[in-house]
Amino acid sequence: MRIMLVDDSKTMRNIQRNILGQLGYSELEEACDGQDALSKLSAFNPELMLVDWNMPTMDGLTFVKNVRQQGIKTPIIMVTTESEKARVIEAIKAGVNNYVVKPFTPEQLSERVTETMAKAAAA
Amino acid sequence: MDASYITPYIDATKNVFMTMMGVSVTIGKPQIRDTIPTEAFDVSGIIGMSGDVIGTVMLSFPLETARQVVATFTGSEIDVNSEDFGDAVGELINMITGGAKAKFEGKLVSISCPSVVVGEGHKIQQPSDSICIHIPCSSECGDFAVEVAFKKSSIENVGKSSQTVVSAS
Repeated sequence: MRIMLVDDSKTMRNIQRNILGQLGYSELEEACDGQDALSKLSAFNPELMLVDWNMPTMDGLTFVKNVRQQGIKTPIIMVTTESEKARVIEAIKAGVNNYVVKPFTPEQLSERVTETMAKAAAA
Repeated sequence: MDASYITPYIDATKNVFMTMMGVSVTIGKPQIRDTIPTEAFDVSGIIGMSGDVIGTVMLSFPLETARQVVATFTGSEIDVNSEDFGDAVGELINMITGGAKAKFEGKLVSISCPSVVVGEGHKIQQPSDSICIHIPCSSECGDFAVEVAFKKSSIENVGKSSQTVVSAS
């Protein structure tokens, strides 16, 4: 499965890469912000995206809105420190499928990925 | 000083270290500090807060502690002078501040992208119109500190006196 990791922190992308690798996902693409991710979308054609919220140039919420406005239905998991209820609702309204609050354990991220892909498959 | 302003940073620090690294953090007695720094650090991650609460949050380490924390966090030894080292420290302060601000119920607080200072014996001067609280921390990786500086006007705007937990040093 092709997964795109969108986060301005290389450390966080590496942590996610390691967790996903343990789950058997190795076809990964990385982007350092929303703008970078948009430029890589069509070439990589991800089946899942993990997106941070606070990033320079283009934040995660703007990216999600942009992607949904284009009609792209790829499942998106927001992985962020933004954990206030209002923020979570805002993200879901923008088109996010699932939500992981940083800090997270490998198990928490794994569960969300599995859950999100199962829902996408059933839809 | 209202405990509700300090507790979120203590809880978030402990949570980030335990969740991401499996490292337990013991918190010492928080103290109000002069904004003119007296303590020197080697590695500091700094992030700004704006909105209903205005100020800065700093995570500061002695060099060897920073090395151990970053190695535990990333799973590999990283050169202190590399971009990746600063990135890791920045992500830690980002998670601590993000976790803390979520506890300010009903308050709108935004956080900036983190900055990281690496340099032996540097001192961080907080804005003069701030109240600075120094939170000493210890862990198996070594001792370090979290410092939170609130702009006085933002404290007055949203503060509610309930419990005193800090004392002047």
